[in-house]
Amino acid sequence: MASLDLLETYNGDAVDAAAVPQHPISDFRDVIFESLQAGGRLVSLFGRPVDRPGGPLLLTAVLADDTEGRLGLLSAQVERSFPSITPACPAAQAFERELAEQYGVVPEGHPWLKPLRFEPPRVNASGAGGGPEPRPTIPAGYDFFQMSGEEVHEVAVGPVHAGIIEPGHFRFQCHGEKVFHLEIALGYQHRGAERLLEAGAGPRTSAVAESIAGDTAVGHMLAYCTALEQLSGREAPPRATALRGVALELERLANHVGDLGMLAGDVGFLPTASYLGARRADYLNSLAELCGNRFGRSLVVPGGVRFDLTREAAVKLAERVETAWKATRAAASLFFESASVRARTDGTGALSADAARQLGLVGPAARACGLTRDVRRDHPYGIYRFAHIPVVNAETGDVFARAWVRFLESERSADFVSEQLRALPAGPVRVPCEPAAPGRLVVSMVEGWRGEIAHVAVTGEGGRFIRYKVKDPSFHNWMGLAAAMRGEQISDFPLCNKSFNLSYCGHDL
Amino acid sequence: MLDIFKVRLKAGRETVAFPDGPPRFPDRFRGRPVLDPTQCSAGCSACAEACPTEAIDQPGLPAMRLDLGRCLFCAACIDVCPTGGVAFTRDHRLAMRKREELWATGDVPKLAEALDTRLRRLFGRSLRLRQVSAAGCNGCEAELNASGNIQFDLSRFGIQFVASPRHADGIVVTGPISENMKLALQKTWEAVPEPRLVVAVGACAISGGPFRGSPVVANGCGDLVPVDLWIPGCPPHPITLIDGFLRLLGRLEGDDAGRLAGSVAPEAARPAPGTSGPSSRR
Repeated sequence: MASLDLLETYNGDAVDAAAVPQHPISDFRDVIFESLQAGGRLVSLFGRPVDRPGGPLLLTAVLADDTEGRLGLLSAQVERSFPSITPACPAAQAFERELAEQYGVVPEGHPWLKPLRFEPPRVNASGAGGGPEPRPTIPAGYDFFQMSGEEVHEVAVGPVHAGIIEPGHFRFQCHGEKVFHLEIALGYQHRGAERLLEAGAGPRTSAVAESIAGDTAVGHMLAYCTALEQLSGREAPPRATALRGVALELERLANHVGDLGMLAGDVGFLPTASYLGARRADYLNSLAELCGNRFGRSLVVPGGVRFDLTREAAVKLAERVETAWKATRAAASLFFESASVRARTDGTGALSADAARQLGLVGPAARACGLTRDVRRDHPYGIYRFAHIPVVNAETGDVFARAWVRFLESERSADFVSEQLRALPAGPVRVPCEPAAPGRLVVSMVEGWRGEIAHVAVTGEGGRFIRYKVKDPSFHNWMGLAAAMRGEQISDFPLCNKSFNLSYCGHDL
Repeated sequence: MLDIFKVRLKAGRETVAFPDGPPRFPDRFRGRPVLDPTQCSAGCSACAEACPTEAIDQPGLPAMRLDLGRCLFCAACIDVCPTGGVAFTRDHRLAMRKREELWATGDVPKLAEALDTRLRRLFGRSLRLRQVSAAGCNGCEAELNASGNIQFDLSRFGIQFVASPRHADGIVVTGPISENMKLALQKTWEAVPEPRLVVAVGACAISGGPFRGSPVVANGCGDLVPVDLWIPGCPPHPITLIDGFLRLLGRLEGDDAGRLAGSVAPEAARPAPGTSGPSSRR
């Protein structure tokens, strides 16, 4: 990344928002493409009106250089349209659809310009949503890709699903059992979370941040609080960062272990399905020991954590996690060693490293394809600056690889939790968090259990947010699931779906 | 195969003792809140100001009350309360039949009444439910799923979640009801044969929760479908869910003190010293 073209920053470092270099759109594109060529990655891309709603739009891109641990920021002003970067950078596809939906700007040449989450436009512009007025409705106004031909048929699933699952719509183009194409239409979960966050930092925004995705309450809250702390020039004390790390890894353990159980359920391997459902509870209950809530809600607060542990309680919790992990490993091993399971998981829903890179996949889904990206290692924050967790990889990119990566990661997390709990730094767990400074911009990234969470906050006058951009890892990874289903049997969809287990509300915001 | 038996033997019985015995909760578990405005200093409204969902009404006054339908049980109020005017017990019984019953005052547990005899005869031993997540964050959904695992085992009471509204006796609604899910919620409810039940689970489905007032949500499902049971929480603990379902079906009755988790020393459940006071280590 050339230093003149980009404002260089690091994960969790606030910068002067006015110092982000503004380029003509053609140069903006070129810098992004050069950066990608050099191994960079698009972390976020969002817009905000330059001066007044409906006026020119300021695009800001966040690029990551994972090997150097650096981030690069750059901007460009656009009016009604701009040449799409998606054809050369598929990872931008959802970001550009979001821009079209929110601000009515058209990314010209976007190959898949469809509604993203059926969100009301942020400005009063016609053409928002990429289509003519009136605004398309969900999902009837969605132009699904369709195949035609003899014995080709279409299968529609959702929004309300057979189990206890968030809503989304899946449209399969099939020939017999074989899926030629899967299109995923989301937006049912849109709650206006970003807009609520932009209303200003306060008790309510904390509750909203924790609810961006309820299964990632700790991850999103950590990204939000780190952003707030950096904007106010504060840092959480060491004991708090350690406890935050413990909570984040417990959240990862609970979700990974629960999903391994669900995967076992999906292939009808009931021993592991039953046991891991119960083991998942061990990790959820450990979070509740810490803060009273099984999902770690109300633990992380701006300036630190709300609850401390006595030395005895910390050691007891460490022992509890160690015991739970032993039982987890025994139950999970049954799954990985069973031939009937492996017959279903091996080679199913495979995604190549190249496809994963192009789509910008993050988290275990990317690591299962051989991409070694992990925010905890590449852009360390909080406790991960001092305590490292080895990155886990697999090569095959299939259901097995995603399950295996999540199993190995869980083991690392369990070790980390027990180490940290036995050696918590002394000192307070909270410091006061001042109001945010005006005119600042911060990128706050956290490796949640699904992958990279990236919050970008921009403050205006009085330190109020003028833009709060949330990116859940699912934002990238939903397209990965659709790609992984190509050529698979439709009956393997639940299995593939669960191996990704993406967030609907994290995507829809 | 032998390994499977070995793991099985080691696992033992996993199902919780509840409802025959008391449930077990962590020390810091927050159940039914208790208000004691006599403890409040005059003019103090710190709890109401710290509350993310404006759940506390008339703080510090004799008529002080708290809306369980909005409460996230997040500890923000006890975090700032200087006197103990608001506290949380470990009483898990939170479900109510009517929206207005969710206003908590003093230290009085209220318990959900059972359905009438006809509906109890229909649903009492076999209740099939369809779940509709309408912008739920996957917190309530996760706890509903957990209530079916081998620990809580909701199906031992004849209560199960089914894959079609046509097979269901009612729906369980989660989330604040986004604009984009209104139609699907309505259609699902209509597809359930009568008589049908509606259970609203979690602060979002009851009041909109943290999303209350967002222009793209409906502040809960109360205005869209007739709710028979409200189960507060963010999310409600599986024990709270099971307690609510069983009370609705008349299978748990009365003030069953034996089925309560023992209280713990308040010290164990308190937040670390807040930012207002000296930040010493406990």
